[in-house]
Amino acid sequence: MKQLFRGLVPVCHKEALHIVRDPGTLFFALLIPMLQLFLFGFAVDTNIRQVATVVLDGSHTQESRELVQRFEASDVFAVRGVVLSTDALYDAIRSGKARVGVRIPPDYARSLQNGDTATVLVLVDGSDSTVAAQAVSTATGVALRESLAQVLPDGQMPVDVRPSVLYNPATRSANFFVPGLVGILLQVMTILMIALSVVRERERGTLEQLTMTPVTPLGLMLGKMIPYGVLAFGELCAILAVMRWVFLVPIHGNVFVLLALSLPFLLTVLGIGLVISAKARTQAEAFQLAMGTILPSVFLSGYIFLIDNMPPFFQVISRLIPATYYIRILRGLILRGAGFADLWRDATVLTVMGCAAILLAARLFVKQGAR
Amino acid sequence: MAAAITADHLTIRFGSFTAVNDVSFAVPQGEIFGFLGPNGSGKTTLIKALCGLLVPSSGSGTILGMDIRRDAAEIKRRVGYMSQKFGLYEDLTVGENIAFYAGVYGIRGVKAEQRKREVLELTGIERYLDRRASQLSGGWKQRLALACAIIHSPEVVFLDEPTAGIDPVARRALWDLFFRLSGEGVTFFVTTHYMDEAERCGRVGYIYLSNLVALGTVAELQRLPEANPPGTSRVQIAAANAPALLEPLRHMPGVREATVFGQYIHALVETARLPELQAALPGVPIETIKPSLEDVFVTLTYRIMEAAP
Repeated sequence: MKQLFRGLVPVCHKEALHIVRDPGTLFFALLIPMLQLFLFGFAVDTNIRQVATVVLDGSHTQESRELVQRFEASDVFAVRGVVLSTDALYDAIRSGKARVGVRIPPDYARSLQNGDTATVLVLVDGSDSTVAAQAVSTATGVALRESLAQVLPDGQMPVDVRPSVLYNPATRSANFFVPGLVGILLQVMTILMIALSVVRERERGTLEQLTMTPVTPLGLMLGKMIPYGVLAFGELCAILAVMRWVFLVPIHGNVFVLLALSLPFLLTVLGIGLVISAKARTQAEAFQLAMGTILPSVFLSGYIFLIDNMPPFFQVISRLIPATYYIRILRGLILRGAGFADLWRDATVLTVMGCAAILLAARLFVKQGAR
Repeated sequence: MAAAITADHLTIRFGSFTAVNDVSFAVPQGEIFGFLGPNGSGKTTLIKALCGLLVPSSGSGTILGMDIRRDAAEIKRRVGYMSQKFGLYEDLTVGENIAFYAGVYGIRGVKAEQRKREVLELTGIERYLDRRASQLSGGWKQRLALACAIIHSPEVVFLDEPTAGIDPVARRALWDLFFRLSGEGVTFFVTTHYMDEAERCGRVGYIYLSNLVALGTVAELQRLPEANPPGTSRVQIAAANAPALLEPLRHMPGVREATVFGQYIHALVETARLPELQAALPGVPIETIKPSLEDVFVTLTYRIMEAAP
């Protein structure tokens, strides 16, 4: 056993010295994820509010003005102007001045009074699918309520749906996005730091020297993983603190369970960093490979897009991405107050992935020694 | 005396490329063995195989009696290695570099302190103990690299172009250290491009296109029949303007090789045509000499190139 990890302690000690000797690099390695957390955390808001809307009111009646008010009252639409022709309505949307156009026909009030169907045209700019979907559903909702109000003058609804949003009652985007962002930032920083530290040794020839010593690949790799793992863990704590006290995302679960369940993810990303470092010849190459892991982790991990909506092929891919499992852990524990009993499967998958990555990296290192 | 390093019909292939072809030699304990050859001829590959880092395709080898296939782990513990890249951590101090390699070789506590003192004293680098490796000159970096490579008291040390790009004074100082250690019984396997360094070695091997084409003491190599083809003489021509004479000389009948050495031209000339040459160069002193090591290697290389289809 001791033979397998030969060199671990001296490598670990030396790596800690490298980290301490280069405070500049250390500072940026820790600061940049923090800056990104601030930038993206504040910028991302997926709740659709105050969509620019123009109105063509052909009716000019008490009733039509009420309808416009109802649109505005939803908070989804913000009336930015009034136009006088259908062409102008289309123009406003094409030019981007408005995303929604509402045309109320001249006979709107009359139709209502006669008990006929009044047709209100709602034009929606489909170039942003999220905005369009929200606008369509809200507009339909407004029309439905308006219709019901006409049919049931006493205002008594036959069915009243009372949605109760659990865990994130205000449906704040930050609550949904910031925990995922923690995972992504942690991944990028950790992979980069460890991969660069190995490739730097390759560039300087010290790796070649080490292969001539009794240090084993596992000893070398674990010796590097420990200091960078400690560093990444510290950064995780700092990021979580910012999430909790700056973005005011409450942690519903047990923080210590969260930290413990983060260890398998750290293991995995450190392992991925080592695999990258075994492949990359230069620091630039390592940097590119590390950056290449970001996009799949952002788009296919459920961080932004729901995995359930993906085509089956991509659902399979998403299961191969470590961030998928960690984001599930983060959201489950932070937002829903899930505990170890709910999340141990994800943690197990990450542990298996991490060990696999480390063994793969060790194999690659052994093969290369022979070059 | 027992051989510290042996290679027996050692062959190493990477796919279809043969990096080392059927190489055999033995280095007795305490010898400084010089290994020469152009870049890419297989020197580093051979060192890696002897250190147990890559498995030979065929043939065998031993280090201190241990088999290079079977005992790779033990071999690593008992050999030292120093490359032209030095393998030093520039942001660590001299003391930290030495301490790191001591740790890597599993030397701890009192033993580590004692060895550290010994290598510091041997290399004379003690005064720079707290200086970062990046702030050392080339010569001192080299001494530090040597100190790191011998921290575990290896019985065999591989030096892969240890003096590339170092000034002559530092080079000599380093060689003095090699001799001192070899006097204590350490065996050295040194690759180099410098002929003067090769001439310091007890014995020399010359590898060309993956084949070991010459092996022996410097004097033996100088007497090699291949280096002194029958019917030819190696001469030193003391021309007034040696460089200007070089090209015309190369085209004279009977001249096989010619190269400038300072104020002289060294040439390999067919003995029968020597009088003709003297006649063409009236008044120029021409004397027969022993080939230098460089002459030997150049002649050998030409012979192989000519023999190749």
